[in-house]
Order: sequence, then structure tokens, then C-alpha cells
Amino acid sequence: MALEKTSRRNFLKGVLAASGAVAASVAPQQACARDTLQRPPEGLGLLYDATLCVGCQACVAACKQANDNPAEFNAMDKLWDTPLDTSGHTFNLIKMYRNGTMEQKDSELNGFSFMKTSCMHCADPSCVSACPVTAMFKDPVTGVVGYDADACIGCRYCVAACPFGIPKYQYDSPTGKIGKCELCRHRHDEGHYSACAEVCPTGATLFGRTEDLLAEAKRRLALKPGDWATMPRGRLPAQNETPEQAAKWKGLLDQSYEAQVGNYLQHVYGEKEYGGTQVLKLSAVNFEKVGMPNLPPKSSAATSETIQHSLYGGLIMPIAVLAGLTWVAKRNVVADDKAALSLSPSPASGGGAQKAGGKS
Amino acid sequence: MSVHSHAAPEPVGGKLFNTATFILGILVAVMFAILIVRFIFGLGAVTNLNDGYPWGIWVVVDVVIGSAFACGGFSVAMLVYIFNKGQYHPLVRPALLASLFGYTLAGVGVLFDLGRWWNFWHILWPTYANPNSVMFEVALCISAYIIVMWIEFSPVFMEKWGMKVQKQKLEKVLFFFIALGTLLPMMHQSSLGTLLVVMGPQVNPLWQTPIVPLLYLLSAITIGYGIVLFESCVTAAAYRRQIEMHLLQPMAKVMLGVLAVFVALRAGDLIVRGALGHAFAPSLEAFFFWLEIGCFLMPFLLIGSQGARRNPAMLFLAGCSIMMGGILMRINGFLIGYDTGLGVDHGWNYFPSIAEMLVTIGMFAIEILAYIIITRRFPVLPREEAQAAH
Repeated sequence: MALEKTSRRNFLKGVLAASGAVAASVAPQQACARDTLQRPPEGLGLLYDATLCVGCQACVAACKQANDNPAEFNAMDKLWDTPLDTSGHTFNLIKMYRNGTMEQKDSELNGFSFMKTSCMHCADPSCVSACPVTAMFKDPVTGVVGYDADACIGCRYCVAACPFGIPKYQYDSPTGKIGKCELCRHRHDEGHYSACAEVCPTGATLFGRTEDLLAEAKRRLALKPGDWATMPRGRLPAQNETPEQAAKWKGLLDQSYEAQVGNYLQHVYGEKEYGGTQVLKLSAVNFEKVGMPNLPPKSSAATSETIQHSLYGGLIMPIAVLAGLTWVAKRNVVADDKAALSLSPSPASGGGAQKAGGKS
Repeated sequence: MSVHSHAAPEPVGGKLFNTATFILGILVAVMFAILIVRFIFGLGAVTNLNDGYPWGIWVVVDVVIGSAFACGGFSVAMLVYIFNKGQYHPLVRPALLASLFGYTLAGVGVLFDLGRWWNFWHILWPTYANPNSVMFEVALCISAYIIVMWIEFSPVFMEKWGMKVQKQKLEKVLFFFIALGTLLPMMHQSSLGTLLVVMGPQVNPLWQTPIVPLLYLLSAITIGYGIVLFESCVTAAAYRRQIEMHLLQPMAKVMLGVLAVFVALRAGDLIVRGALGHAFAPSLEAFFFWLEIGCFLMPFLLIGSQGARRNPAMLFLAGCSIMMGGILMRINGFLIGYDTGLGVDHGWNYFPSIAEMLVTIGMFAIEILAYIIITRRFPVLPREEAQAAH
């Protein structure tokens, strides 16, 4: 009977150790909660205004050139770059929404609209949280989400994680990389801002600090649809920008022109989605219909990292569980020693007796 | 009283070259041929992977499911050493062997899928590693667990090669590796589920939940017992040995207990989150959800009664059913319930190519082949005549 008692006690200890581990994973402590990250104050981005876009794809061509990407052919004649979606070789694309007779631009019914597809440069990017080797990283000052191919292991977790479907892998190459918009960060030092904004003839894509772009977006939303208003093109100067700061960037300072105000939805896409993005969008057609997912204000990265840090923060939980398991295992293995664990070639018929002896 | 008298393990013996090993060998050779093409021309040349489904069966089946199938060692070792159920000891070595190969191959299999595989070491290198990444945690724990399992299993080789001194030394500290070998699978089996969390709304709410780590951990434990039922029955049939019914019967009961907790949590979570509605939508996802749930409930029908648990065929079927449930839960979460919702026209599609499937089959063939070779030549399975004494 003594044997039965001890083994039951040990069984209970095992239950205790295991349930401790389970309980730990059930209730992620609030102390480890990781809030959704916010945009850095000097963060750079783009403002895309679908009502100003004419679908000329100049930004697509400029992006190809700036990033040294090859053309992708999907038409029979192979004369034009005709990517169907962004890919490992196409980082920016203007997609089209069509409905019915397509009579009217920016109309959901019997109309059409354009939408830019490129990296949103999230405040709290899923790709950065997912990347196991820090090949995806967010610049602490500009907030640009960059990619380092030399660090990348090609696991494509970033591809799976991104809710906008932005990082894409080059499946056609044995040394394929991830391709995505990095806001032309490689050209910033030469004074060039994002190529798509540089070439945009209508100012549908505008480059600037996200804070300024957000103010500009809100200015447009407050205007009366159909009225004529001044629309900037190229780069939106920062509020209270000094001439020295302006000199950092090449190109004409003021390229603004008069355009008709679009029939906007009262929603700046990217202001709050997933904690906010540095690329903002305006549209007259429902954002989900033009391919922009409906996202909550809390980022998935925050949820994921809260779970991870609750379980593994400072390795406290794993070490505590390991200590418990070691203690239990030591007792059970010692008791079991010759009979069970080592499994000596001779049949261990005395195992039961040894076990009882080991426990006393 | 003496429930702890076990038969010592012994090599099964017999010929290594037979029809089974020959076919397995061919499957392995085919896999290597495909892998040569993959490494010369890239992933696109042999797989149907695309940017809407960047992870295919090489990740989901070979790694996520393969490692869950390799939880037999973990589940049985936990029963024996943590819950002190010494009578299950004869099951430890065979289960651990299967786990060892399952995990080692999952680790190697990752390399086939990595687009920039020559950088793989970055994941374990402090200057590159990202502790916020769930995948970093998975990679670290799986790597560590593979090493721990080789250490746990090394007495088998030491016995074979007569390394008595080394074996004794190792046995003095083995308890620590056993503890570590219980902790590490808990960590990464749960994290394999957490991989889904950062994918956010792209994963159907039927599989996207904050308690996904707990669900994956519990299901991995049940799969561990399921696979032991499966392996024990198959090994007994293939080697014409007796089935260890006196062990499998009570173990099956433990399995049902864990499974009951799992099913209750799964159902409770869906209700609390208000996600159950998705299960009644006329969709492929809902169909596969019910298929998965059916597989998890089937064992209660099959071996719910004491009488049914005495029937080896029922135990085998229950094991298969749990494994199927585990397969479906993982395929559902990562593939069927995954949708970027952003594809051109009708969205992205993925179904594995023949070449992709052949590589996955080849991986499992290596596992079975190695299991045959090792059990025939090394002391893993309990000695047969001692078995008859029970």
C-alpha cells in the first residue's frame, strides 16, 4: 500500500506541474500586454487619393525603374509590363474596380475606380513581428518598413502575416528574395522621394510626413464635393518647414493645381486600421470593394506578441516549469532507475521492489 | 503489485532488405530527385506555392503536422516520468524513436522550404534573432528538442555498442533531459498554433483564437497517444508480435480524458467568441470544420466503453481518428481556413503539386525506413517472450 500512496502523490505532483504550465498559457497576464504601436512622429508615407487617380500607371513604371525590377508579361504580345498583381518583381500597382456599365468614375454602382496597391508601412507591422531574423524592420525615425535580403531566410512568414498581401516572394528564382515597397528609402539620401509620388501627374499619390498627409486628407474630406480646390502634387511640405529642410528633397517645391473635389467617403483609410499606417488612402468607393481589408484598430502583432511575452517573457515561466518538471522527473527516474530507465538486458523482475525501496 | 516489471528492449532482427524497405527506398530516391530540381530552379519549379498561399504542405504537413505526429515520445515520457506511471515504460523507446525521426526530419524538411536556406543559421544567431517572432521561438525550441531527444535516446546506441561507463554517467543526469524534453514540446507545440495569431483576420474565426496555443498543445498530446496506438498496432502486425494491450488499454483512457478537455475548450472558445456561426455557413471551411470535429469526437464512440477498449481494432481506429482530427485542425487553420481575400478575380488558390506531395511522401518514407532499420538492429522494442509472461 505504501507504494501506491507514494506513486499517487507523485502523480499529483505531475498533475500540479503540468496544470501550472497549462494555466500559464490560458491566462496571458496583463503585465505582459503589448499595446499596438503608434506611428513615429516624423514618420514618412504617402497619401493616395483615388478620386484624383486617372489610372495612367506612370507610378507603376517609375516604381519598376527605381527598384530595378523586370517587366512581367501576362498579355499575348509581351510588349507591355502587365502584372496582374503585386509580386516579387512588382512592388506597386494600380488596380481597377468595375461595376455594371462602368459609366461613372468613382461610383460604386455602374462605375469604376482605381486603387493603389503597395506597402502601407504600418505603425505596427505584422511582417516585422513575424520575421524570425529581423530581415523585416521598421526604421525608428522614418517608420519605413525595410527589408534586408542578406538577413532573410526565405520562410515567407511575412507574406502569410501581412493583411494587405504586400511582401511577396520570388518563386521563380533559386535565390528568391522578398519584394516589397520600401518607400524608395534607397533614394532618400540622393534627395529623391518615392518614385510613384514623384511622377504622379495628378497628385493622386503624394509623398510627405504622415502627420501632414493626414491633415491634408482631412482638409479634403471637409471640402464640398464638386467644388474646385488646390491640390498639391509630388511632395507635401511639412508644416512649418524651413528652407533647409526643404532643400533635402529635389524637385519643384510647389506643383499644386486646381482640381475638382471628389465625392469622398468620410474615412481616411490607414488613420486607425491596425493602429494606423503611414500610407493613407481616400476613396469614393467602399474600401473593401476596392481591395482594402476591413481591419480593427488593434494590430495582430500586438495580440501575437502579448501571447508570446506572457508565456516566455524573461524566460520566467519556462524556467519555473522546467524546475518543477526536473524535480518531479528526478524523483520518478531515480525510483525507476535500474528497473525501467536503463532497461538493463536482464529482465528486471525486481523492479517493483527496487522502486519501493528507492522511495523510502 | 509488481506492475513495474518490464521486458527489456531487444533488436527485432530479421532482414533489412525486403519489399517494404525497397518501396520506401524508391520513394526516398524520388524525393531526392525532386529536391535537386527545387534547389537548382527554385520553389516555383516544383511547388504550387503562390503569394496567396506562401506556405504549402512542406510547412503545414512536413513540419506542423509532422512534429505533432512526433509527439508520441513526449506524451508517453510525460506519462511515465512526470505522472509516474512507470508501467508504460516499454512504450517509451519505440515512441521516442518515432519522435526522434519525426522531429529531425521536420527540422531538415524546413530547409527544403526555406527560400534562402543558406541563411538558416540566422534564426539561432543573436544579432539576427527576433524574440518577438513566434517562428523564432518555434525554431529555437525545435532545434533544442531535437538535441535533447538524441540525448534521451542515446542509451540505445550505448547499449548496442557496449559503452557502459558513458551510459551510467548519462543516466545520472538523464532526469534533467527528460524534464527538458517535456518542457520544450509544450513550448513549441503550443507556439505552432500561435503562428496563426499574427495572420489576424486572414484566418477564419473558426481557427483564429487567442487560446490557439493551448488548443494546439492539448491536441498534440492527444495525437501523441493516438500515434502510439497506431504505431503499436502497426508494429505488432508487421513484426507479427503481440499487441501490448495491457498498456494501450489504460493509455487510451488517458487519451480520452485529455481529448475531452480539448473538445470542451474548443467548443467553449467558439461559443464565447461568438464564432460558431461560421460553422453553419454554407462554405468549404464549415464542411472541413465539422469533419475535424467529427474526427475528434469519433474516439468517444469507438472506445468510450471499457469493452471496446479491449478490442485492438477499435484502439487502432481511435488512434487513426485522432491523428486525422489533428491533421485536419492544422490543415484547416493554415490552408483551408486561410484566405488573404486579396487575390485577382476569384482569389488565390492552392493545391499541392504532385512533386510537392512526393517530397512529403518521401519524408514519411525516410521516417518509416529508419524506424524499421533501427528496431531491427537496435534494442528498442520490448523482448517478445517476456511479453508472453503477462
